[in-house]
Amino acid sequence: MLRFAFKRLVSLGLSLVVASVVIFLFVEVVPGDPAAYMLGLNATEETLAALREQLGLSGTLAERYLSWVGGMLRGDFGTSYTYRTPVSEMIADRMWISLPLAIYALTLSTLIAFPAGIWAASKRGSAADVSVMGLTQLGVAIPNFWFAMLMVLVFAINLRWFSAGGFAGWEAGVYPAMKSLTLPAIALALPQASILARVMRSSLLDTLSEDFIRTARAKGLTKRQALWRHALRNALIPVLTIIGLQFSFLLAGAIIIENVFFLPGLGRLVFQAISARDLIVVESVVMLLVFAVIVVNFAVDIAYAAVDPRLRVRG
Amino acid sequence: MTETGFLGAALRSRSLVLGAVLTAVFVLAAVVSFLWVPHDVTAMDIPNRMKGPEGAHPLGTDHFGRDILSMIMVGARTSIAVAVVAVGIGMVLGVPLGLAAAARKGSLLDEVIMRGNDLVFAFPSLLIAIMITAVFGASALNAIIAIGIFNIPVFARLTRGAALSLWTRDYVMAARVAGKGATRISFEHILPNVTNLLIVQGTIQFSLGILAEAALSYVGLGAQPPLPSWGRMLADSQTMISIAPHMAIFPGLAILLTVLGLNLMGDGLRDLFDPKIRRVGR
Repeated sequence: MLRFAFKRLVSLGLSLVVASVVIFLFVEVVPGDPAAYMLGLNATEETLAALREQLGLSGTLAERYLSWVGGMLRGDFGTSYTYRTPVSEMIADRMWISLPLAIYALTLSTLIAFPAGIWAASKRGSAADVSVMGLTQLGVAIPNFWFAMLMVLVFAINLRWFSAGGFAGWEAGVYPAMKSLTLPAIALALPQASILARVMRSSLLDTLSEDFIRTARAKGLTKRQALWRHALRNALIPVLTIIGLQFSFLLAGAIIIENVFFLPGLGRLVFQAISARDLIVVESVVMLLVFAVIVVNFAVDIAYAAVDPRLRVRG
Repeated sequence: MTETGFLGAALRSRSLVLGAVLTAVFVLAAVVSFLWVPHDVTAMDIPNRMKGPEGAHPLGTDHFGRDILSMIMVGARTSIAVAVVAVGIGMVLGVPLGLAAAARKGSLLDEVIMRGNDLVFAFPSLLIAIMITAVFGASALNAIIAIGIFNIPVFARLTRGAALSLWTRDYVMAARVAGKGATRISFEHILPNVTNLLIVQGTIQFSLGILAEAALSYVGLGAQPPLPSWGRMLADSQTMISIAPHMAIFPGLAILLTVLGLNLMGDGLRDLFDPKIRRVGR
């Protein structure tokens, strides 16, 4: 297990290095002088020089890359050109919306998908199964930002149960803050829950047709007992992988959903930065999100191996 | 299996027929829009703005008085074009990579291709789009590139996985004994046998491409005005949703139905191409 974890850790490190090089080079390929690109046409020579200095544009490519990565490792993401504040502070502020939103959505998605998938599998072929599967077809096909808009129309504008947008702030208390994240989290969770429910169902059906389940039934366990005691645990393995993969979709999806609800999270930050040509902010937020995706997938790999020892051999 | 048997099975599959009909409706709408639309999509008609569905405008008008049905028809072109090209990029680059990786399993080439795939997977298409637009500006072309890049590893993995199991087959062995090289075997014997899988996955990626294009255009990273696009129609409708909900409902329904149609078609095709399932169904 340790050997497996170590090998995975090395590959995690490699992925992070390559990802950071890709992101760094991408911003480097900005046609011409990045400082001139960011400042537009009316920039004076002094401001250009000042920005070049600030961007760390003096020095060779390798030096600039190392200073960028070195800064990030120390928690220094540079200073936003448009806001004149350290990028790390801006990210830290907004993270308190985006991260809870993604976790909230992941929790909802799991809470919906598990019972739905298990129910459909245990009643295979019945009306219940067909309706759950039909609903998940719809859930997968619905654009989540459109679903969010419809929820605003129904629950905020017509029923007035929720506000149509904005964030109450954590200082207002946990309940108001969670309440303003509820509609966005549901919108984010719906498509993911549909995918997860389908995976749960098919994985459970696969497991239920295996020999050890037949053995369990032969020993006198009821169908229900066999499902809960033996099948479920084994069926969870593919489900875990999908949950890990979904986290990255939720983080990326949060960027879009934040726009629907005017939530001041990382998504809003990145779009404001794009229109302001604030490449330092864009580069940092993208790196952070990619970092999160890679680390979560690493964690899933490890969790996977912990659950199923057979997988450790594969390395 | 005879041709009629295949066609008969296809027609008996409810999800395939429903999916194909839904998809055909939107493809047809896009094609017809080149020749005819009920109203000019660039013509503004301010006195008739935000009108609900009625005679001359079956789906109503937007905040500039433009006909929503016409905009959905023209928007279908954008969605379909972006998704088709993005799937094309994924297939044209991903399939040969997957074939090459499978032909040289365990080699450095295989390792490089697979690790490269992992890396692209770490960048959701939205993040690729964000980086591209931050540097090169927003456009439909950049949306295509962003979605296309994300499709490459999808097809590469699928092809590699399927090809690996084919390489152990007797007919491949026979071809090797006959002196055919890895490239020839890949294209003459492996590729034709993974085509069904690629078609099914292509349908799924097509539907994901439509969703991705809508999302990118919605946040302003995709198609730019005056090119009509479903995602941008939704973005425009957002601030007016309380007074003109139809502006949000119809473009969203267009996306939902197209994606649903493609997914049903993909499911149906998968069942149809899998002879085991088909025989059981009979």
